[in-house]
Amino acid sequence: MTDYVAPTKDMNFLLEEVIGLDHICELPGYGEVSPDVIKAVLEEGARFSGDVLDPINQSGDREGVHLAGDVVHSALGFKQAYAKFCESGWVSVANDEQWGGQGLPRVLSGQLSEMWNAACMSFCLCPMLSAGVVHALSRHGTDQQKSTYLPNLVSGRWTGTMQLTEPQAGSDLSGVRTSAVKKGEHYLITGSKIYITWGEHDMTDNIIHLVLARTPDAPPGVKGISLFIVPKFLVNADGSLGERNDVKCVSIEKKLGIHASPTCVMAFGDNGGARGFLVGEENFGLQYMFTMMNFARLEVGIEGLAIADRSYQRAANYAKQRTQGKSLDNPKIGDKVAIIDHPDVRRMLMTMKSQVEAMRALCTLACAHLDHALLNPDKDKKDFHQAMFDLLTPVVKGWCTEQSVEIASIGIQVHGGMGFIEETGAAQYLRDARITPIYEGTTGIQANDLIGRKISYEGGRTINILLKEMASFLTDLNNHTDEKSIASIASEFSQALDSLKESVDWLVTTFPLDKRKAFAGSVSFLKLMGIVSGGWLSAKSALSAHKILSEDKGDEEFLSAKIVTAQYYAEHILPTSHVLKKEIIIGSGSILALANSQF
Amino acid sequence: MIMKIIVPIKRVVDYNVKVRVKSDKSGVETANVKMSMNPFDEIAVEEAIRLREAGKAQEILVITIGTSAAQETLRTGLALGADRAIHVETASALEPINVAKILKKVVDQEKAGLIIMGKQAIDDDSNQTGQMLAALLDWPQATFASKVELSGDQANVTREIDGGLETVTLTMPAVITTDLRLNEPRYVTLPNIMKAKKKPLDTIPADSFNLDFDPRHQILEVSEPPERGSGIVVESVEQLVDKLKNEAKVIQ
Repeated sequence: MTDYVAPTKDMNFLLEEVIGLDHICELPGYGEVSPDVIKAVLEEGARFSGDVLDPINQSGDREGVHLAGDVVHSALGFKQAYAKFCESGWVSVANDEQWGGQGLPRVLSGQLSEMWNAACMSFCLCPMLSAGVVHALSRHGTDQQKSTYLPNLVSGRWTGTMQLTEPQAGSDLSGVRTSAVKKGEHYLITGSKIYITWGEHDMTDNIIHLVLARTPDAPPGVKGISLFIVPKFLVNADGSLGERNDVKCVSIEKKLGIHASPTCVMAFGDNGGARGFLVGEENFGLQYMFTMMNFARLEVGIEGLAIADRSYQRAANYAKQRTQGKSLDNPKIGDKVAIIDHPDVRRMLMTMKSQVEAMRALCTLACAHLDHALLNPDKDKKDFHQAMFDLLTPVVKGWCTEQSVEIASIGIQVHGGMGFIEETGAAQYLRDARITPIYEGTTGIQANDLIGRKISYEGGRTINILLKEMASFLTDLNNHTDEKSIASIASEFSQALDSLKESVDWLVTTFPLDKRKAFAGSVSFLKLMGIVSGGWLSAKSALSAHKILSEDKGDEEFLSAKIVTAQYYAEHILPTSHVLKKEIIIGSGSILALANSQF
Repeated sequence: MIMKIIVPIKRVVDYNVKVRVKSDKSGVETANVKMSMNPFDEIAVEEAIRLREAGKAQEILVITIGTSAAQETLRTGLALGADRAIHVETASALEPINVAKILKKVVDQEKAGLIIMGKQAIDDDSNQTGQMLAALLDWPQATFASKVELSGDQANVTREIDGGLETVTLTMPAVITTDLRLNEPRYVTLPNIMKAKKKPLDTIPADSFNLDFDPRHQILEVSEPPERGSGIVVESVEQLVDKLKNEAKVIQ
């Protein structure tokens, strides 16, 4: 079995050479953060992910979780790994220091998140949800709620869940029926929720559920939904655990992937009502949820990246070890060669590697915008970075997760028949990756958010700033075309950028006139944006690598690979942008034409 | 209680890295290779921390000798729990005797009550520095420790020896070198990485000790182990016995 090796070299390279770590370390609040601390943290994260989380990934997938009565037993080793995870302080990386967090930058927590997910995605969904609850409560909770729940959530002593979905209320939450009736200081919650990740487990003493519910006189639709804290065990005034609340897990789903992560059906109020505590004001629940939605979507995009890299690593290792066939150059003599020598296997590996690196760059860039959006003291800059983060979030979520499924599938292909056999481990990545384009908003939802709220409603203002930035980078790139690889990258990137520009112009004009037509091409547009942004950052990486190498500095093996990888991306991935442009601009007619009966 | 435990640590090529020989065969490639603390030294740091946590020691000082890059390894030691670090700066590659001489100078200055160090470094596998340091200091030594217990000024050390375990009692100050089974080092915690940055780290140039660092050995060539050849199928038991006797010479 190959062990997961966190790509710290690439992560450091991105932070230092592509994203501008110095500017992030200078933000107020990151006073104690310096590049050498970041490096040390990444090294320890790498060690933890490889030594502690990776070993429970495949066993957890095989064993799954078990419901006995209303207790969910986690897979073997998860409880111990979770305890170590908390002891080591990994739960609280980016959380507020006021509540015991480390207050480290999002670029760092994002890269760590990639490591945890790559090593064991099922495991890290649990702390990821706790972080979501911390995020929501620290913004919208009362002081008393914060001091009751945050320290234990930040330390990992308790975990959190987000309970939105009901059978009739999925992507459209206006149908939420769970009811909340006020009774003195608290509310009584009754109803049921589905798809609740880590809704019940045996890793901690308490679980803090955040639940969307409706009060009796609430207006219909999304404007009548409120948010409640429903602890599994009520918390006494002195902080000790009190009575068991009237909420329980009644079944767990059998799923395609993430087997070690319990997906629970939760029942509230079987014995008269679970005690819930209102967060903020009544009827603003969905709004509060949305403040953390972008954050959660970014995390899921990172999950996609993580699984894609894990899958690539395994495929590359296998291709170096597996011998089949002889060398094309010397077929008559010599031993069998490792399959990595066969051109088509190399093509598959390059397809994986080049996109993984581009995705990592995009995720890191999004996190850098988030850091500035949270902490930049200059109001205009803060707003600009927030707008950029909002724009990139659906792209990170949609593109990285869609590519993750494709890359994990290629990973199986590299293994040949062995890839189809579970023992190899490659198949698990495809099964695990498959949820990522679905939950936290499907790719369709992301694409609609992107072309609607993030682009058309503001007349393309933010995306045009991004396009200008890409164009000015192209000018820089064009000054280095004496190097052949860079010339090829510049030429392909320039054409792809034109395709994106044309599509943006078409979209901004078409959207107000014919929304159905615009939405018909929304996923194609999301992919186009992912591909071109990825190509931009991949080219940026190549140019940095080229500059370092031309000064005779740096790690030659790593940097020369960066340039070739960007060249592959430019020559093999970027050209699909022209196809996508056609899909967007001329392809909507056939999508919309048939009557429902013709399907 | 011991006032001070000194733990000398070494920065080596990470144990996960597949070591490559330099093209001129002068040594192994260390440029752009992942480096980390010698695993036996990590065990030594862990043991020192456990002694301090048990109230048997007051302060832990980690020392390394090398280029400025070696400070990273000291920070790891500090993040694990050491209190203070000394970096003896030099760009020369030192042999165990030179390392032991430098350590002696530092130990003389620092007045340590106990030295715990790895039994060997995984790069050169010399297994000499601890023994040489004990000799230079004229202190008792217990090598290959798998268990350490302190009481008063006595250290009871269980040693891993061929065919079993041996327990020795030393009067401190003493040198103890660690074996693999002494303990399982903890993971560095995130808050401790942040704290490590603020802990004192002093740099002393190696030249200031006025020692002779001339190598006693000359490296002629470093080469990779020969690749394993393919096996053969023998025709008969007789042939097998013959080959084992005359070719492999493993039976007589």
